[in-house]
Amino acid sequence: MSRDQIFFIVFFVVFVAINIYLFGSGSLSADWTGFGIFIAAGITLSLYSFLYKDNPLFKFAENLYVGVAAAYTLTQVWYTVLLADVVIPFSELDSESMSNLWLIVPSLLGLFMLTQLSSAKFSWLSRIAFAFVVGLGAGLAIPRTIAANVLAQLEPSMRPITATWEGLDLLIILVGVVTVLVYFFYSVEHTGPVGVASKIGIWFLMISFGASFGYTIMARLSLLIGRVGFLLEDWLVLPLPYF
Amino acid sequence: MRYFLCCIILVLCAAQLYAQQPTGVKAEDTPNDSGGSITVVWNRAELPDGTMYKIAVSESETGPFHPAASIDPSGNLQSSDPGTFGHGTETSQMHFAKIAEYDDPVDPSKKIAIENGKTYYVQVIAQLPYDEVFPSAIASTEAYENFFNTLKTNNFVLGTIFSLIILGGIFLAQKRELFIRRIAGLEALDEALGRATEMGKPVLFIHGLHPMGSVSTIAAINVLARVAQRTAEFNTELRVANQDPVVMAVSQEVVKESYLNAGRPDAYSENSVFMVATEQFSYAAALDGMMVRDRPATNIMMGYFYAESLLLAETGASTGAIQIAGTDSYTQLPFFITTCDYTLMGEELYAASAYLSREPKLLGSLKGQDIGKAVLLIVMILGTILTTILGNQTLTHIFTAY
Repeated sequence: MSRDQIFFIVFFVVFVAINIYLFGSGSLSADWTGFGIFIAAGITLSLYSFLYKDNPLFKFAENLYVGVAAAYTLTQVWYTVLLADVVIPFSELDSESMSNLWLIVPSLLGLFMLTQLSSAKFSWLSRIAFAFVVGLGAGLAIPRTIAANVLAQLEPSMRPITATWEGLDLLIILVGVVTVLVYFFYSVEHTGPVGVASKIGIWFLMISFGASFGYTIMARLSLLIGRVGFLLEDWLVLPLPYF
Repeated sequence: MRYFLCCIILVLCAAQLYAQQPTGVKAEDTPNDSGGSITVVWNRAELPDGTMYKIAVSESETGPFHPAASIDPSGNLQSSDPGTFGHGTETSQMHFAKIAEYDDPVDPSKKIAIENGKTYYVQVIAQLPYDEVFPSAIASTEAYENFFNTLKTNNFVLGTIFSLIILGGIFLAQKRELFIRRIAGLEALDEALGRATEMGKPVLFIHGLHPMGSVSTIAAINVLARVAQRTAEFNTELRVANQDPVVMAVSQEVVKESYLNAGRPDAYSENSVFMVATEQFSYAAALDGMMVRDRPATNIMMGYFYAESLLLAETGASTGAIQIAGTDSYTQLPFFITTCDYTLMGEELYAASAYLSREPKLLGSLKGQDIGKAVLLIVMILGTILTTILGNQTLTHIFTAY
């Protein structure tokens, strides 16, 4: 028996023993809530076991996660899309007003997507649906992109620069925007003044990435704290000090 | 004498009354909307503290008028909505209220929506703290749908100009060869694919989480086409992981076509482009497992990523794979930069397809984008100089997003 096998058998036995104690002592209630906490703790530990190395427990949790996610998505799609937007409106189709007849178009496009699964004789139909999705997406994205990535960035950059701290802020922002834009010029070689400007631009980018990195790590740590808090408080029912 | 004093008092009372009565009341259709709303404007006035303006609406000129809105005299100045009323100095002297519904006279807890094509009569009432009310003259208007949203004119003009510039760039690219500076991450692509070939291990291409309509996903698909052509030529196994079924179907088509272009249609397997999971973290968990078990020699992550970026890139780095990432997700770029060998930052991802294929159309559009960026740079510097030296904000107002 390998070291890893021994490790995981010990882990499994300890986990089972702890849960027997928790249920036996009444710390975990013998109902669906208690069972839910027990399952959540087991899956959390199984996923964290990946930090040691890939192992059967992680594989089990991973496959369970993928399966549950797929099932959840399927139910979501059924109740919020297929049932709500297709089945019910079609079943309530009013033959006199014909107001719901437009539903035939998106329904047909949806069915065309499924022809991907069929033979080459029909699979070309799926391209119509894909062309519609891609074309519509691009058409919607263009004005949004201009508004959010061009206009909304330009307007705050064109403010009067005064001899104050606020003016200095605006100057730094202007220099940052200009030099970063120069970095993203592709049709000129980054040498001479363009090279200097693009180097300054890279510095601006890296400083902002560093700040963003630190900020995001803080957010991730709060997620970790939440998970550890669940294991210690909800599962092991340990009284923890609050700071 | 007594008669004279009475006249003065009466005149003063009338003047006081007039000062508190809302003046200059006008009603018009709310511009740039899909109807169902009217806008009332009136002059700003000095009023005692605690005064409120009440807007009342009726379907008949003779009433009855029903409450529609209550406006604090310290707010709702036209200057707070420059998109509708412009930037003139007079906008700080006029109030406005956009009315889309008014109280149902039968049940005041319910509202009646403003209908298009129907004439509504509006009155602005100044309600003083001691419940004295001064109604304005009655104004009338109709609501209707506006065909063109004039607030988006700058967006439309910029989009048109950029499109023309890009078309010009494409025209230029078809006439002569255009220069593109070196992009390190893309130069390394062939090296990374060659490494996988030498090691006899697969190449794992990971899509981001955005659907097919996203620009980053379209750019990722273009990179995938090039990667698939190379792997077909090198006879290297390619695996393409997807989170979105539409992206998966498009990827299947693209990879199939690339294998066909490389003269290796037999080497294409539909199973090489597969769905992993639709949920973010189950997608990450499954891919982490694949990286650890199959140990691909090269991981290529392209598209828009969220919190799963570090989980994927860190696991890939721990397996010793060469990693190339490309994303326009600003918050995830730091993670890719720290854990990947090469990272395409933002627009570099969009430029990737032109760079890899050297196709005149794509090169021309890249050139056009560069010209567009140069135009924006000039506008920005000029706008700052104008506002700083001359105090002229015309350019700033032209380039404001509404």
